[in-house]
Amino acid sequence: MTWSWDVFFHVIPLIFKGLWITLGLTIACYAFAMIFGFFWVFMNRIPWKPVNWLFRWIAEFIRSTPPLVQLFFIYYAWPAIPGIGIALNPFAAAILGLGLHFSTYTSEVYRSGIESVEKGQWEAATALNLSVKQKWLHIILPQAIPPTIPMLGNYLIIMFKEVPLASTIGVVAMLHIANDYGAQYYKFVEPLTVVALFFLLLSYPSALLIRKLERKYNRRFDKRTATL
Amino acid sequence: MGSIADISLVLLSGLKITLIVLLLSIVFSTLIALVAGLSRVSNHLLVTKFTGFYVEIFRGTSLIVQLFWFSYALPGLFNIHLGSDIWVAVLAISLNYGAYMSEIVRGAILSIPAGQTEASIALNFTGFQRMRFVILPQAIRMMLPEFGNYIIQILKATSLVSLIGLTDLLYYGNIYRSTHLSEAPTVYLLILIVYFLLALPLIFLTRRMEKFAKKGVVHG
Repeated sequence: MTWSWDVFFHVIPLIFKGLWITLGLTIACYAFAMIFGFFWVFMNRIPWKPVNWLFRWIAEFIRSTPPLVQLFFIYYAWPAIPGIGIALNPFAAAILGLGLHFSTYTSEVYRSGIESVEKGQWEAATALNLSVKQKWLHIILPQAIPPTIPMLGNYLIIMFKEVPLASTIGVVAMLHIANDYGAQYYKFVEPLTVVALFFLLLSYPSALLIRKLERKYNRRFDKRTATL
Repeated sequence: MGSIADISLVLLSGLKITLIVLLLSIVFSTLIALVAGLSRVSNHLLVTKFTGFYVEIFRGTSLIVQLFWFSYALPGLFNIHLGSDIWVAVLAISLNYGAYMSEIVRGAILSIPAGQTEASIALNFTGFQRMRFVILPQAIRMMLPEFGNYIIQILKATSLVSLIGLTDLLYYGNIYRSTHLSEAPTVYLLILIVYFLLALPLIFLTRRMEKFAKKGVVHG
């Protein structure tokens, strides 16, 4: 097997079609993770220790086991569970699986943001007799979320690079197209190189952008934010 | 509940490969991270640029793509045969996580106050002595908790090796599922539990190292 530029240029438009699916799936998974991240934060703030403890360990379980196995569980195993089993299409399974996995990470980001709001702010909100809704919407969240934006951006890039896992349950995005092409013409290296180049072309400039954002926020908030 | 015992036995035969890939990947990615991290703070522009290029390439593309790429390109394009696909997997995982972890090494070294470097120059230390006796001992405790987190990531990444045909935990699970469709929930739940049991000591170790890293350090 030798490198062929003909094949290389031939597969670029084929894989470019898959790029849109990869991007769409990334955004869908990310939206799910962003929203569901608040669920874990909420469960951790319920003033009842056993619930906190239970949900902390469920989140830890999801975070420290492979997303690939979680995808297989949702796609292959869930439909076979009697009573609650639902057969999902590959897209829905990927959004649920990857979204759930990364929600345990975004929740940690939210938590760190909320904890970084100074105690005086909480006390002032109480002293001013603000309602719970007012306290969260006008005092806590406006201070807690902006410093976490670079971290959340980092997770978007990480999510983008994890989405090819969905090709294993049959989502026809970039990696799947490359592997199909390889299986058909026995040319794997060229299409895979094209896939890698597309990833690099998108994720490297995004990473540079995030680094810029990080510096900006570090100056504005004058504190060090953890990066991945 | 005889099936749980049956499935566990099947999975156990794949545990060996998972553990081998995990241990080798931890060793090699740490080595790569140290070498690449030190190279990135070196004074030689060529070394810094080359390592920077390596790090950006491997952080910018996806591990699963790299894994497939290596498994086809090494024997096909470069005619390199590593003897076993285990080495292909270890190579891909180590190069990928080595790139991520080298950023931690670099960050930790750069976070050591300049006064430490100046003091060791004043004490007439050589460059090597300065790294070995002044900078690294302070930097390593900062790296440890981050390394712990990445080792958990490596554990999760080992599940990918079944995709290039290695007979790991997930591979045996998939084989069992394909013949016992109704048992799929038990199979995958057991696999997840095995991975979690492997991750647990790492989680606790990471938490301990976080405490250790903070001990006696003034945070400004």
